[in-house]
Amino acid sequence: MISVIKYNAGNIRSVAFALERLDVPFIITDNAEEIRKADKVIFPGVGEASTTMRYLKDKKLDLVIKDLKQPVLGICLGMQLLCTYSEENDTPCIGIFDQTVKRFQPRNNEKVPHMGWNSLTPTQSWIPDSLSGAFVYFVHSYYVPANAATAAITDYTLPFSAALKKDNFYAVQFHPEKSAKAGEKILTSFLNQH
Amino acid sequence: MLTKRIIPCLDIKDGRTVKGVNFVNIRDAGDPVELGASYASQGADELVFLDIAATTENRKTFATLVREIARHVNIPFTVGGGISSVADVAPLLEAGADKVSINSAAVRNPQLIDELVKAFGSQFVVLAIDARKLINQWIVHTHGGSKPTDKKLFSWAREGQERGAGEILFTSMDHDGTRQGFATDPLAKLNELLQIPVIASGGAGTKEHFLHAFTLGKADAALAASLFHFGELSVPDLKSYLKNYNIPVRT
Repeated sequence: MISVIKYNAGNIRSVAFALERLDVPFIITDNAEEIRKADKVIFPGVGEASTTMRYLKDKKLDLVIKDLKQPVLGICLGMQLLCTYSEENDTPCIGIFDQTVKRFQPRNNEKVPHMGWNSLTPTQSWIPDSLSGAFVYFVHSYYVPANAATAAITDYTLPFSAALKKDNFYAVQFHPEKSAKAGEKILTSFLNQH
Repeated sequence: MLTKRIIPCLDIKDGRTVKGVNFVNIRDAGDPVELGASYASQGADELVFLDIAATTENRKTFATLVREIARHVNIPFTVGGGISSVADVAPLLEAGADKVSINSAAVRNPQLIDELVKAFGSQFVVLAIDARKLINQWIVHTHGGSKPTDKKLFSWAREGQERGAGEILFTSMDHDGTRQGFATDPLAKLNELLQIPVIASGGAGTKEHFLHAFTLGKADAALAASLFHFGELSVPDLKSYLKNYNIPVRT
């Protein structure tokens, strides 16, 4: 069973519908036990970092997430909150990925947020090579720099981490649940991890 | 590379897709869920669903429709029509909408933008602006373009950005329904003025019009309705045309 962590994230419904379209059974829950015993966990996220971290801490979900041993997928803000720290309202985060989440600084009048479809360059195998150059949908103003855990690169003002992986933690900055066929392939790839 | 977005817009009345020509005549163009899923599979980058006959009574029906759209459509979509409060928006987001567009209510009460941004984040809030050129000034209109206001396009767009709107959807009422092309001059000016994305709307009639919206108008996205709904232009044809002119598009 897949557990989708229920909290004040804006895209939980979209993630749920994407799993439904893939015929994958799942539950949406904020119950620590249901999250711990799931085969896989999806940590969605749309919103602002400090408010969301406060909410997770109030429910002690930050500690639950940190100790998970099964494959965990962080999406968008979910990915950023798995890092150590976010510049968005100076927010200490969960700390799986030893990275600081930074705000985009336009170099050539690029607009912020980075909103729309941009292409992937996979650098780790869980983002399939067949998706090299594939377009996925992004909406974000903050990014994780490229680092040793980067699993795919996208270029916007600079090359940044479109996806990450470290141990049992997987993460994507884009929205696979809204990225048409390419997004479905990435969700499926995560669901096939052990 | 970040691509330019092509956005079919579906006007909804009583659960069906319609398109007003100059916002007056209305023809039926089908089932919104089916049409939306079909556009997604053809490579549309986003969709907009506007509840053009929004009332308090039918708001629940629209939320039910939004849920069906979210269930079947695997690309982002915006919903709008008659939204005037945070309470109007919550059920739409809960139903699975990715963004909401606000128009007349924001003109009446600009604070609404701040409230929605605070409650749901900038990325949820699209400020739709309908404007018409009157004596050399682009004047913001409300109520489907029928009512002039005291607001001017450029200052209102900038105010919207400052209040936290995530995108501007600009419709030239002078061009809408004419199929003579987008209003590229004010679009270019908006794109110079703003740091948030601008969606061009109103006037699409040919592939070339989209090309000009991106080259002359510098728009981030372009929206059209009837041109797509009646099969006069397909999204794949449009995209391969744009690609030939070196416009970055998702194919």
